[in-house]
Amino acid sequence: MGIIRRLRLRVKRQRYKARAFRKRRELRCVADRTSQIGRGDVLLFCTARNEDVRLPYFLKYYRNLGVNHFLFVDNDSTDGSLDYLSQQEDVSIWHTTASYKRSRFGMDWINHLLWRYGNNHWTLVVDPDEFFVYPFCDTRPINALTDWLDASGVRSFSAMLLDMYPKGPIGDVPYKRGDNPFETALWFDSGNYTLRRNHAYHELWIQGGPRARAFFADHPEKAPALNKIPLVKWSRRNVYLSSTHALLPRGLNHVYEQWGGEKPSGALLHAKFLSTFNDKAREELKRRQHYAASMEYRAYVRKGPDSTDLWCRWSERYINWRQLEILGLMSKGNWA
Amino acid sequence: MTVGIIMLVHTDFERAEQVARHWTKSGCPVVIHVDRKSPTAEYDRFSMALNADPLVRFSKRHRCEWGKWSIVQATISACEVMLAEFPQADHVFLASGSCIPLRPVEELVQYLHDRPDTDFIESATTADVPWIVGGLSDERFTMFFPFSWKRQRYLFDKSVELQRKIGIRRRIPQGLVPHMGSQWWCLTRRTLDEILSDPNRRRHVAYFREVWIPDESYFQSLARIHSRKVESRSLTLSKFDFQGKPHVFYDDHLQLLRRSDCFVARKIWPRATRLYQTFLGSGGVAAGRSEPNPGKIDRIFARAVDRRLRGRAGLQMQSRFPRQGFEHGITAKPYSMFQGFTEIFEDFEDWLTRTTGARVHGHLFAPDRAHFADGQTVINGALSDSATLRDYDACQFLTSLIWNTRGERQCFQYGPADTQDINFMMVRDPNAQISIISGAWAVPLFRSGSSFAQLRQTAARLQKIEAQQLEIMRASWANARVRIWSMAEFIESPMEPLQTITDEFGQSGQRHLSEAPRLRDLSGFGQFLQHLKNEGMHPYLMGDFPVEQSDHMQVPPVRKPYLVR
Repeated sequence: MGIIRRLRLRVKRQRYKARAFRKRRELRCVADRTSQIGRGDVLLFCTARNEDVRLPYFLKYYRNLGVNHFLFVDNDSTDGSLDYLSQQEDVSIWHTTASYKRSRFGMDWINHLLWRYGNNHWTLVVDPDEFFVYPFCDTRPINALTDWLDASGVRSFSAMLLDMYPKGPIGDVPYKRGDNPFETALWFDSGNYTLRRNHAYHELWIQGGPRARAFFADHPEKAPALNKIPLVKWSRRNVYLSSTHALLPRGLNHVYEQWGGEKPSGALLHAKFLSTFNDKAREELKRRQHYAASMEYRAYVRKGPDSTDLWCRWSERYINWRQLEILGLMSKGNWA
Repeated sequence: MTVGIIMLVHTDFERAEQVARHWTKSGCPVVIHVDRKSPTAEYDRFSMALNADPLVRFSKRHRCEWGKWSIVQATISACEVMLAEFPQADHVFLASGSCIPLRPVEELVQYLHDRPDTDFIESATTADVPWIVGGLSDERFTMFFPFSWKRQRYLFDKSVELQRKIGIRRRIPQGLVPHMGSQWWCLTRRTLDEILSDPNRRRHVAYFREVWIPDESYFQSLARIHSRKVESRSLTLSKFDFQGKPHVFYDDHLQLLRRSDCFVARKIWPRATRLYQTFLGSGGVAAGRSEPNPGKIDRIFARAVDRRLRGRAGLQMQSRFPRQGFEHGITAKPYSMFQGFTEIFEDFEDWLTRTTGARVHGHLFAPDRAHFADGQTVINGALSDSATLRDYDACQFLTSLIWNTRGERQCFQYGPADTQDINFMMVRDPNAQISIISGAWAVPLFRSGSSFAQLRQTAARLQKIEAQQLEIMRASWANARVRIWSMAEFIESPMEPLQTITDEFGQSGQRHLSEAPRLRDLSGFGQFLQHLKNEGMHPYLMGDFPVEQSDHMQVPPVRKPYLVR
C-alpha cells in the first residue's frame, strides 16, 4: 500500500470522526445511566425509530446474551418507545429530530457515542431488527466470546446479515409486542450468496439471499449488502464507514481468512419481514430516508406487499447456530 | 504423605482462592505465587482471605513476562518455600490459578503414592517435536532474546533475523541436553531438591535466562539429568492452539471433562460456574484407578485448529474467502460437466440419470435461465435459476451449487452458447470431470432448419467460443480430468468413452453399461457442414465428416488422432 493511499485513508478517517463530533449537537440526552458502565462491560449501540413493538423482545434477547448496557439513539419516535426505553434500568438514551439520512443513516450519531463511551469496551452495533448469533451462543454468554477474542488478539468479529422470512405472505401472521419474531419468520436462504472483496477498504461485499432472489433478480449489483462487522473492541481511532459494513482502520475489516482457513464468525438474524414491514415500507418510502433512495422498499411495494411470499421449496427452517455452521454460513473457527 | 501444589496466579483471584481451598481441604499444602503486575489491593485481599489457612504460603512476588525467565524464577521461589515448609509433600505439582482438579484429590494422591519415584514431566528434544510456535525450535536455545515477543514483536523478529545473519550460536552448558515440553509438571521431592541444589545451578540459570520460553525447557531439561524415572507426559490436561495459546474450557465441556479421567485441567474460563460447581463443589468425579484419557478432547481441539488453518473444502463465506491457489479445494465434491452429449444423443440426460443415479441438470449456464434437473426454478440452498443472478458471479454459482448439494453427485450440460466465465475455475479444480465432444454444437443448428445466412453467423460464433474454451481446457496446469473428442471420433465408438466416464462416478460399481443412449439421426449432417464451407465458414472442430449423398450416414473410416486427456 502506497504512502499516499495510507494518508488518504487517514484523512478520511479523521473526517468521519470530525463529522461525528459535529453531529453530537443533534443529540439530546434523555436518560444517562452511563455511570453504571463497568470495566470490561459489553455495550450495545442502536438507532431506533418507532420500534416500540420490537423493543421488549430485543432487550430481553440481548440481556440474555449478557450485554451489560444499552445506548440508544431515538430518532424522533412517536410511538412511545422513548418513554419505554428511558424507564429501563440498563439503558441510556439520546433523542434527536435531525435527519437520519444526513447523519449517514444514523452512523454519525453512533460513531460519536462509540467514541465517547465505547473506548476499550467490546461494542455491539445492531439495528432493532437484528439478532446476534455466534458460535456456542446457546451455552456461552457473550463475554466468553469477547474474552476469547481478546486472548486471540482479534479486534473485530463478523456476523453476516441473514434475512429471515415467514412461510406465506409477509403480513399474514401479526407480530405482537414481546413476541419472538422467529416464531413466524423462521425461514432463510442457505446457499445463494455472492462474495467479493472491496479493494478500497478490504471488506467482503456479500449479496444474495431472499431479497436478491425476489426483488433484485434483474439488478443483482443493487441488492443490499449483507456483510456486517457488529462486534468490535472499540478504540478511539476506529470509525464506522457505512452502516456496520466496514470500518477504518482497514485492519478491522479483515474478518475473513484468505489462506484457506476459517476465522470464527457469527450471524445477524434479520427480523425485517414481519407484519410490521408493510407499514414500514410505505412510511419509509414517503420519508425517503433510506439507503440508495429506498430502492429496496420501492421494489417491494411495486411487487405488491400483501402478496409477497419469500418462501420457496428450498428455504431452510432455522433451528440453531450449529445448523448455520454446518450450512457454512458461519464458523466456529478455532474456538472449541 | 501427600502432594504439594504450586499455584501461579495473576488474575481472577476469587477462582484461585476457591481452587486453593479445594486443595487444602484434602490436606495438600499450597504455595501461591502472585504476579507482581497484579494490583496490590487485589493481592492484599487475596492473601488476607487465605492467610488463616495453615496449609497456604505465599512466595516472593516476581514480575512475570510471557516467554521470559521471570516465570521460571517465580516457580523456583515457590518450590523453595514448598520444600522448606512442607516436609510432607512427596510430590510437587505445578498448577495455575485457572487449573481445576477434575478427580477427587485423594485419587491424585493415591496415584502418585503408587508411583513414588516417577516424575511426570513432558520432555522431548527439539528435533522430535512438531509443536513449535513462532518458527523457532533449536534457535530458542542458541540465540539471545532481549525483547518481548508479545509487546515488542518487531524488535523481537529483527533481533532474531540479525542473529541468524551474523550466525550467533550460544554455547549450551556441558552435560545439558535441551528438552522441552508442557510447562505443567509434577516432580518428586527428590528430583526437585536435586534440581534446586545442583552445583551447576548458577551456570544453568545464567544460560536459561536468555533462552526463549524457558518455562517450557528449564525443568524439562534438568529433570533429564536428575530424575530416576521420567514419565514424559503431563498430568495436566492442557491443549494449545496454533497461536500457542491454551484452549479454554466452558460449561458445555462438562461431559467431556467428566469422561476424560484427567486429574487436572487447564484452562477454565473464570465464569464457567457449572464447571467450578461440579468439580470443586462435589469434590470431583471419581474414576478409581483409571489412567487419564484425554483422547476425545484432543480430537475436538485438533479439529478446531484444522478448521482454522484449512477450513472446509469448497466453502466460500464471510470468514473464509481464499485467494486463488489457497482454496484447499475449489469445490466441495466431484461433479461432471458434459459438452455436446445432449446434442448428439436423444435422451442423454434421462439415460445418465438412470445409469448413474446422479443428479443431471440441463444447461445450467444457458442464456435464458439455469436449467435445473426436473425443471425446478429454485434448487438446494434456494439457488435461483435467474440468469442475471447466476451471471453476477458464475463461478460462485457453481461452487454454491456443489456445496449445497454435498452428498449427491451433480452433472450438468454445457456448451459454447452458455456463459463461459467458469472455464478457468473448472480446469483448475481437481473435482471437475470435464467431457467435451467438440463441434457437437453444429447438430442443433443442422436440425433447426433456419435460414443459412443466420446459421452461418451462429456457427462461426460458436466455433470461435469453443476453440477458445478448448485452449483453456488443454492448459498444461489443468487439474481437472479433461477429455476431449472430436464429434467424428466420438460417434465412431461412443460406448467406450461413456463407460470410462460413468466408471469414474464410483457408485455404479464396475458394472458394464447395459443400455446405450440413442444417437440422433445425423443423415445429411456431412452435407450441412459442406454447405457451411461453401458459404465460406469452415467448421473444423467436429473432425471430418464425408459429404455423403445417400440417406445413410457413414462414419469416415480414417481416424484422425485427437488429443485425449
